Amino acid sequence: MSARLLDIQSVGFTVKGTTLISDVSLQVNRGDWLSIIGPNGAGKSTLLRAIATGTASKGTISVDGVNIADLSPAERSRLVSWVPQSPVIPAGMSVLDYVLLGRTPHLHPLASPKKADVELVESIIDDLGLNEFVERSVETLSGGERQRAVIARALAQESPLLLLDEPTSALDLGHQQEVLSLLERLRSDGQRAIVTTMHDLTLAGAFADELLMLSSGTVAHRGTAKEVLTESNIAEHYGANVRVEITDGTVLVMPKLDTFTKEQP
Amino acid sequence: MTTRPAGIRPVWILGAAGFVILACAAALLIGPISIDRMGIVREVLDAALPFSIDSGLSDQQQAIVRNIRLPRVVLGLLVGAALGTAGASYQGVFRNPLADPFLLGVAAGGGLGATIAFINQLGDGRGIFDPVQVFAFIGAMVAVGLAWLLGVLGDRTRSAATLILAGVAIANFFTAIQTYLQQRNSDQIRRVFSWILGGLNTGGWNEPLQLLPVAVVCIAILWLSGRTLDILAVGDEEATTLGLSVGKARALIVIVASLLTASAVAVSGLIAFVGLIVPHTVRLLFGSSFKVIVPLSTAAGAGFLVLCDLLARTLLSPAELPIGVVTAFFGAPFFVVILRTVRLR
Repeated sequence: MSARLLDIQSVGFTVKGTTLISDVSLQVNRGDWLSIIGPNGAGKSTLLRAIATGTASKGTISVDGVNIADLSPAERSRLVSWVPQSPVIPAGMSVLDYVLLGRTPHLHPLASPKKADVELVESIIDDLGLNEFVERSVETLSGGERQRAVIARALAQESPLLLLDEPTSALDLGHQQEVLSLLERLRSDGQRAIVTTMHDLTLAGAFADELLMLSSGTVAHRGTAKEVLTESNIAEHYGANVRVEITDGTVLVMPKLDTFTKEQP
Repeated sequence: MTTRPAGIRPVWILGAAGFVILACAAALLIGPISIDRMGIVREVLDAALPFSIDSGLSDQQQAIVRNIRLPRVVLGLLVGAALGTAGASYQGVFRNPLADPFLLGVAAGGGLGATIAFINQLGDGRGIFDPVQVFAFIGAMVAVGLAWLLGVLGDRTRSAATLILAGVAIANFFTAIQTYLQQRNSDQIRRVFSWILGGLNTGGWNEPLQLLPVAVVCIAILWLSGRTLDILAVGDEEATTLGLSVGKARALIVIVASLLTASAVAVSGLIAFVGLIVPHTVRLLFGSSFKVIVPLSTAAGAGFLVLCDLLARTLLSPAELPIGVVTAFFGAPFFVVILRTVRLR
């Protein structure tokens, strides 16, 4: 088992003549947590989708040494799981059944989940503290509980690569920390790699090992939080006027309040 | 943990079997000609079981039970099961509560096929592989095939919405041709109209035996597709990332459900409403998993249609009401009651 899990070479993504990603290369090792940041429209979600669905317009995406464009959906889902930003929550489906959907790539299309599948799913539900909701329908859960249910479904796929699109953007501060701490625990065994997209730059820098700043479909900067989250980088790519401070090793990104009163040139 | 994944419970199977058996018993025992009830039971057992039972009925009574009532009940079971199962599958595969088995043009295509057979005086719609049935089946499959082609050409991803729109376009096109042919041949209008309203008039065992093999195979495949339909509930994109080959899965279910519907339409005409309301009633009562909805819709559709046919042939006896009138007239209020009761619970 090699350490290199995700290897993206010169990937582009074009939809109906509009280039959303022009040329992105990146590598992620097992046990790593990479957070993709960048302004709205930079191509963050598009990049995750391209990995999850194996549909890059150009370039190659390899997971565990295999080009995922050559794989069937089932083979691909055993390597990559995806937590979308706004998952479609089916009406009336219980948490147990919802998490069991994650076993799909391990089952024959016409077969039912085995006892072992149900036991695995129950242990994941237990591990993520969703025990009391197991019979509840997913649509009745709060934002934080729902996000954990979607993550549980992704874990049920037992894939080494876990992609999460804006996992915290719909959550309050406490639940943001809860979800990010959960991800920290999940990658700590060194078997998985985690790639997230994030809007909150301070949180992104605090949790991920490495940040990748996308801008206009290309990699603008890559490195540690201290290297990427500079006032000039953020001003250039986000068009935002911020102050960056480093306290106890954590990079804090704060909007400058005079931005709101000053007239734009 | 004591929770189980969604699935059909033994008590529901017993309930569904009880409902179907009661519906069949009522339909066999009630008819315009009064026959000794125990005699009917014995005669049916004699027909169904491998050993002989003396029913004590006269030859004429035996013929009524064996060659008129029994095949009609079996045909009702098969057609109702087909429409209920296909309706449930269509609603799942298109993620659309308004979907019914006629969504992709099966009805319009079948209607056109039957009309062509009628105006050319090819057969009377009865008997095994009668031209009316064959034309209706071909018309129905051609309509679905065209809708599918149009949908796939319009959208490589075969999304549900594109297919539905293609189906609507094809259905209207076929209906236009059918209406034109009907107006040009007004001498056949009554027969065409009567066929369109649907009915379970049989020429003995021909129709049920003709429908049986297709129905069994198609219904079995759709029962096994319940979990696939549940996965499709999260949308095409997520379903793909969960490992489902969405295009293939949708094609399989649509083709099988359309084949099932077209086969039922060929022998029974256009019986409206069953394929729409039966799956909804099942969903309201027994939850949203298609592992439950599809098989219970099979049973509920079968029992419901047999009961509707009983009403259709007894309410104005000796005249017969078109069964499509009965399914809607009694089914709609029943559905409203279910809707109210479940919502208020």
